[in-house]
Amino acid sequence: MKRAIRKTACLAAGLAVLLMSGVSARAMEDSLVIVTSFPKDLTSVFKKAFEAKHPGVKVEMLKKKTTAGVKYIQETASNNTSDLFWASAPDAFEVLKGDGLLQKYQVKAKGIPAKIGAFPINDPDGYYKGFAASGYGFMWNTRYMKAKKLPVPKEWDDLTKPVYFGHVGMSAPSRSGTTHLTVETVLQGDGWKKGWALWKGIGGNLKTVTERSFGVPSGVNSGEFGIGIVIDFFGFSSKATGYPVDFRYPSVTALVPANIAIVKNAPHPKNAAAFIEFLLSADGQKLLLDPKIQRLPVRPDLYDGPAKHLPNPFKGEVAAKVKFDVKKSKARYNLVNSLFDVMITYRLDDLKAATKAIHEAAAALAKKPNPEAAKLLDEARALVAAVPIDEAKSMDAQFAAIFKKKRKKATDKVTGRQAEVEQKWDEMVRANYAKAKELAMKAAAMAK
Amino acid sequence: MAAQSRGQWGAAGAGLAVLILLLAFLVIPVAKVVYVAFVDVNTGGFTLLNFVDFFRTSLFRESFVNSLYVAGMSVVFASIISMPLAYFTTRFNFAGAALIQTLGVIPLIMPPFVGAVAMQMLFGANGSVNLLLDEWFGFTIPFMEGLNGVILVESIHYFPFILINLSASLNNIDRAMEESAQNLGAHGFRLFRRIVFPLAMPGFAAGAALVFLKVFDDLGTPLLLNVNNMLAPQAYLRISSIGITDPMGYVISVILVAFSLLSLWTSYLATRGRDYASVQKGGGGLMRRDLRPWEKVGAWALILFILALVLSPHFGLLLLSFGTIWSFSVLPDGFTLAHYREVFSTALPYITNTLLYAGLAALFDVIVATAIAYVVWRTDLPGRKVLDYLGTAAVAVPGVVLGIGYLRTFHDLNVPIVGKPLASWWVIIVIALMIRRLPYALRACTAALQQVSVSLEEAAQNLGAGRFDTVRRIVVPLMAGGIAAGFVTSFATAAVELSATIMLVSAESDAPLSYGIYVYMQTAAGRGPGAALGVLAVIIVGIATWMSHRFVERTRATAEADRKLAAAAGA
Repeated sequence: MKRAIRKTACLAAGLAVLLMSGVSARAMEDSLVIVTSFPKDLTSVFKKAFEAKHPGVKVEMLKKKTTAGVKYIQETASNNTSDLFWASAPDAFEVLKGDGLLQKYQVKAKGIPAKIGAFPINDPDGYYKGFAASGYGFMWNTRYMKAKKLPVPKEWDDLTKPVYFGHVGMSAPSRSGTTHLTVETVLQGDGWKKGWALWKGIGGNLKTVTERSFGVPSGVNSGEFGIGIVIDFFGFSSKATGYPVDFRYPSVTALVPANIAIVKNAPHPKNAAAFIEFLLSADGQKLLLDPKIQRLPVRPDLYDGPAKHLPNPFKGEVAAKVKFDVKKSKARYNLVNSLFDVMITYRLDDLKAATKAIHEAAAALAKKPNPEAAKLLDEARALVAAVPIDEAKSMDAQFAAIFKKKRKKATDKVTGRQAEVEQKWDEMVRANYAKAKELAMKAAAMAK
Repeated sequence: MAAQSRGQWGAAGAGLAVLILLLAFLVIPVAKVVYVAFVDVNTGGFTLLNFVDFFRTSLFRESFVNSLYVAGMSVVFASIISMPLAYFTTRFNFAGAALIQTLGVIPLIMPPFVGAVAMQMLFGANGSVNLLLDEWFGFTIPFMEGLNGVILVESIHYFPFILINLSASLNNIDRAMEESAQNLGAHGFRLFRRIVFPLAMPGFAAGAALVFLKVFDDLGTPLLLNVNNMLAPQAYLRISSIGITDPMGYVISVILVAFSLLSLWTSYLATRGRDYASVQKGGGGLMRRDLRPWEKVGAWALILFILALVLSPHFGLLLLSFGTIWSFSVLPDGFTLAHYREVFSTALPYITNTLLYAGLAALFDVIVATAIAYVVWRTDLPGRKVLDYLGTAAVAVPGVVLGIGYLRTFHDLNVPIVGKPLASWWVIIVIALMIRRLPYALRACTAALQQVSVSLEEAAQNLGAGRFDTVRRIVVPLMAGGIAAGFVTSFATAAVELSATIMLVSAESDAPLSYGIYVYMQTAAGRGPGAALGVLAVIIVGIATWMSHRFVERTRATAEADRKLAAAAGA
């Protein structure tokens, strides 16, 4: 028994030592804390280069996915320990800016234009800065495409074709900031009605809606599905790693900057500023061309030199036709997320069943035309494409407020609850899909 | 009598300490987050309207039914997998019983993300198995699709809960019971059905309840299979969406917690009013006998088949960690050691952090769980059941909710000597892991205590031992098997937990393995190193499990020796 007691005492002492060592390892020193959603391949390169340039400064990269990063900064605001927020989606920065959690900063580095494509590189209010451009498109697995004999898609429309049924993967806008940008870009480029019809068409061909944005390139790399809707660097970096994949931009895409901003009450504001300057300097921008990173720099001069192999967005080599309207996107941000989830994510099985019936009916009609059946089929297509609300309603501030994150003041008045509205939409959507399937099957039977 | 009431005070003190701990680190932080469920979004006042909305929404009703169905079926399949493993290894002299018991725990250690990818590479629609099937026979099997896919993966993943608890229980059965039954003519299956299984019921019920709860609340698997129409993913997806605080996510969390308590209460009712304790201790465990040769072949075949099935994800993980590029093919294109080289140069802090965090968390878990079990089952303190319910409710709290709750509650609380907020001190990760894994330890310790007869304690007290001495020298040693089972489950699962940790890691030097895996798995080039880290995690936990088995076996052997010695002295 005595031995057991001695053992316990030893263990306790050991624990105490461990506790102490944990403490002493974190003495005060000159450091820089960056909350970022970027992968290790990107952050480690910049950390190393920055630490080499500023000896004595230790850079701490806190990796959290964008949504968790936003929550983290919000929740820790009262006693802030982070210096910089570094992520892709401008919307996330808009959320933090709206909460008054960012610090204005004037960039000293010269040689960066005001716009990339139609998009301002920096926040017009001076809170966050763009450091690299990203466009959206699709990547595909070449082995998969060959095995299943699929043609390479060129435009968004192609993905709605019957041949791609069950071969496409994407994430949902509510789960991935970059997917939200893609969805909103198409809604702005094609218009509300046509845009949603396109997403439903693609939705019907989906193999799956992944839980996070990296799930899409991961699925394409594995060969779980053949084609994925992704942000460009996912495609470029997968290819650079050696996966049998390729990437292309469709013509309706927007180039959107990935950003960095100083967090309000940053504990190390000088280091934070130095990091931003380094990131935007020619040396820092060149680091973006690392084969594992592959993002489009915002310094046009690089495209004549080291970035020659990448499409030059400043010369229109990425055909970004859409003028992305950030204000519009922000006004209906949560509403679009909710609509997408109700119509596609949560009713994917129903949507796929209806789409399959429509594809089959269309194939039958192509062999044996029948005007009456064709009318039924058009009706079925219209039912699938139908959206519960029109564009005007989506921009109605009062209606969108139902989906707003918080009441800012106790006096803010909102009528209606999100769950209530979603249930109404869900009823309509489900009934439509069921009816569409029925009509399409009827049409197919008539063409037999 | 004086000793009795003094002991009562001691137990009351322990109970109070545990209650304060649970209030501070579970109830208050969670309440700070889920109160949103009771707030009217329009007026800001108290309301139950959100719950009405829940039941009015067809999607949520559907999700609720799906979750129930999946959890129920998973318990059935998990029982089918674990019963032969538990029975053969405890009933027969089996070479490598410890090995099987250890390997049986490995499925619990499914590292986040890489585990999912490994499963897809093997069993996915275009995984190795289906590619081969398609090539040879021209058809494929959708293993990983829909609710049935979830049931398959969940059963493979969580059956060790039943295995561990059932084995501990079987080892605690009084050998005399079995002998008497045999003397009275019961043999074979009848013996198992009428005597052995009923006596092992507390362990089975504890394991089955855990599997049910865990599957009901599990997030990882539905997300990995992209099944959205279940409750836990619905809650998670609504809570973690950018910038939204939609009350429905929190409503679902409340419902998950409530339902977990209900199922716990049901399992409590099922074992109530029966006495599972046996007086005889020390020589416990089923009588072990040797297998006849043909029996041995059959048993090994069955066991190897089950192990091959449940360990296949880890085999996939191993391939992933050594493979170069693996895409739409049966095996990786080539093999390399580069991923391990990369990991070994960076991963050491992750490994030490994981051992420290998971070890401390599991240690505190079994201490707290033993205290709770004792207070609940051995005292008549008013309201003692609350501890049990609170301790178990933690299983249903989504990790994200706990993480956000900690940030909200402890961020303004500076720890004196360290000079930083409690929420960004590494100890908070240990506390989060401890709270999240407490239910496992609690079920195991409760089951163990239920099998210890009160009369042994009374005997000790009659001989003059105080309450504290009785607990220390009689109860805890007799519970050792259950406590070790609790430690192993808590440790193994804490070592790969991510959802709460990811909210709480505030410095990379504080990060555990699961966070390291997460970081790697965000990039195309990180898949191999991520898998290598995952393999390391599995190996580390495997070794820890094996060592605790050794520990249990050793204490049992010592107890046996003591008994023999005492008998000899008596003679």
